[in-house]
Amino acid sequence: MKYKLGTLAVAAVMAASPVLADLVFPSLSYRTGPYAAGGIQFADGYADYFTLLNERDGGIGGEKIQVPECETAYNTEKGVECYESLKDSGGLVYQPLSTGITYQLIPKMTADDIPLLTSGLGRTSAKNGNVFSHIFNFPANYWDGASVAIKYLLDENGGDLKGKKVSLVYHNSAYGKEPIRTLQELSKKHGFDLTEVPVDHPGQEQKSQWLQIRREKPDYVIMYGWGVMNQVAIQEAINIRFPMENFIGIWWSGSENDVLSAGEGADGYKALTFHNVGSNFPLYDDLKKYVVDAGKASGAGDQVGSVIYNRGIYAAMLAAESAKTAQEIHGVSNITPSQMRDGMENLSMTEEKMVALGMPNFGPEFQVSCENHGGNGLVAVTQWDAKAKEWSLITDFIESDQEVIQALVDEDSQAYASENNIAPACK
Amino acid sequence: MNEQLAFTIEVFANGLMAGVLYALVALGFVLIYKASGIFNYAQGVMALFAAMTLVGIQNGQVPFVHLINAIFGTEIHGFGWTVPSFVAIILTVFVMIGLAWAVQRFVFRHLVGQEPIILFMATIGLAYFLEGVADLMWGSELKTLTVCATESVCLPQGMNMWLETTTYEAMGYGFFIDNLDIVASIIAALLVAGLVMFAQYTKQGRAMRAVADDHQAALSVGVSLNFIWILVWSLAGFVALVAGIMWGAKSGVQFSLSLIALKALPVLMLGGFTSIPGAIVGGLIIGVGEKMFEFLIGAPFLGGATENWFAYMLALVFLVFRPQGLFGEKIIERV
Repeated sequence: MKYKLGTLAVAAVMAASPVLADLVFPSLSYRTGPYAAGGIQFADGYADYFTLLNERDGGIGGEKIQVPECETAYNTEKGVECYESLKDSGGLVYQPLSTGITYQLIPKMTADDIPLLTSGLGRTSAKNGNVFSHIFNFPANYWDGASVAIKYLLDENGGDLKGKKVSLVYHNSAYGKEPIRTLQELSKKHGFDLTEVPVDHPGQEQKSQWLQIRREKPDYVIMYGWGVMNQVAIQEAINIRFPMENFIGIWWSGSENDVLSAGEGADGYKALTFHNVGSNFPLYDDLKKYVVDAGKASGAGDQVGSVIYNRGIYAAMLAAESAKTAQEIHGVSNITPSQMRDGMENLSMTEEKMVALGMPNFGPEFQVSCENHGGNGLVAVTQWDAKAKEWSLITDFIESDQEVIQALVDEDSQAYASENNIAPACK
Repeated sequence: MNEQLAFTIEVFANGLMAGVLYALVALGFVLIYKASGIFNYAQGVMALFAAMTLVGIQNGQVPFVHLINAIFGTEIHGFGWTVPSFVAIILTVFVMIGLAWAVQRFVFRHLVGQEPIILFMATIGLAYFLEGVADLMWGSELKTLTVCATESVCLPQGMNMWLETTTYEAMGYGFFIDNLDIVASIIAALLVAGLVMFAQYTKQGRAMRAVADDHQAALSVGVSLNFIWILVWSLAGFVALVAGIMWGAKSGVQFSLSLIALKALPVLMLGGFTSIPGAIVGGLIIGVGEKMFEFLIGAPFLGGATENWFAYMLALVFLVFRPQGLFGEKIIERV
């Protein structure tokens, strides 16, 4: 009996674990909890892209793909547990979609020789590959977002922001505080007045903050929010009749979830993005044919083309292209996490490549290197059309102010290196 | 009018309005605690569950549709109809009554006579269970809540223009008050009046008060504890629905709605766990206190975001000097 039970247990574990020869892209998802609305869309996009590669191309380089999922509920402790439980599955790269989890995983994954990709989130100074050997944050980071928001406002104001008032409404957490230093530097450089307006988690009540904005009458509001904070902030901005076209959110404040509940009032609201929006790309025809219509979609298939679903697609595509690069570099199809890191470090995304993938102009062109793990910091601006209920890209991908940002990246990464006894070098 | 004075009055008024919304959540806690001595950790999740059920019914969503599709391989999306708000609210009330019955029948009936901490733990379990059921039943995606009395009369959003214009003409400064907050205040006042009248003038209400005063004495005169507890949980469910509608109309219905319970805790600590007027007055004090502190001290001198901190600190001060809260019953136990 014991033998039978043991055999059953082993069989169950083997059935649950990915086949060792497969390429494994673990998904640390959050389909439950207060941030589930965005978490589900990202996880679905991430899974659907790999399903497409399996169904249409037979995987990557002939190797099938596995996407084991672990529920974090956006909880840092659970996220770390998920990583630990999936570590032995041979996961090539992790994308936790949480700054809190990212901070915890940075030292662990560096020690385990497994790469971590945190596009548009996490520790911004991880861009410095000399210090953060296993952490990547291409194609853009929080500071790029802040810089491009100001560059866009400069364009709107004929290159001059002197005397203008800009308020930063931010989630009062490590994530929300990320752009403060950058915006302070930019305010010195361009002469605008910056006011910082923090909102405590979860941000369901923001009357004080928006009364303050009503009193101070800023010309522009930039928001770094997430989850319910976004919906409430947009509604409160409408309530005080703040012009939506002067309200710009970071990419975590710029999805359908954030504007739909505000109805027509949210028309004209703007958000930054590091990838394109909508589903008007050849890739989505394949997604429909091989994944959605075939009944293999991760979700109900009704979120295809939404902003955060697209972000999941883009994240999976970057991981897949890094894996292809690693296969080319090492001449093997069944790559290891360490080889995957090499692939990420040599990733080059060109428009030619994006067109070939059926994703023309879906993301910016960028080049990763040993020193630069963050790409070129190209960010675009999108705008919400409440009548059509859709986002549209209203600018090209704009390069951030590297003069300001690179100095901050160097300063912060050097401080991290000193605290952790890291000798900066290309590895 | 002096600008600073105008700002202060505006912040004060908005603090009162926010306080009403906090009190709406706190009322549900008070009802259950008063009648059964249970601190219902699940009250916030009940508000979430009620709001999700309301939207689900309104939109003609099939409950457990993802589960049904996964098990039977079907592709059901919805019933294909929409339900008017009024009907959907009545149906949701029935669902909340069913939930109250189930909670009593399957959980608390088996825990009669247990220590308060055990009952509290049971409500923690209930909160997580209910959150999971809500997820399975209606899905995790964000839902837009629109409650309308007729096709053109819906819950209002945005600034009250009449007030702004009138105050501007009279005082030179147009005050901001959110229309939704005004409606919430009226509804809260009606709700409290209704609850008080129910408790004072109906047989069930008097029985509820008898149970709240002394369980055993109430039992000895033939009051059914089982019925009263179902009644109280149903009332708390109704209050949760009202709170869920008001908060959900602001932010959409999503899982973070359950966190509104955090806003009710300082209100309860201040107003007392056993007093309905205490919940209202406590809500108003917390609402005004946190907004005024943020305006006068928090934002100018401490970098802002002091509201949560201040609410709990104020409640703590009250606890130290008046542990039973402003209106709570003083507990005297003989040695």
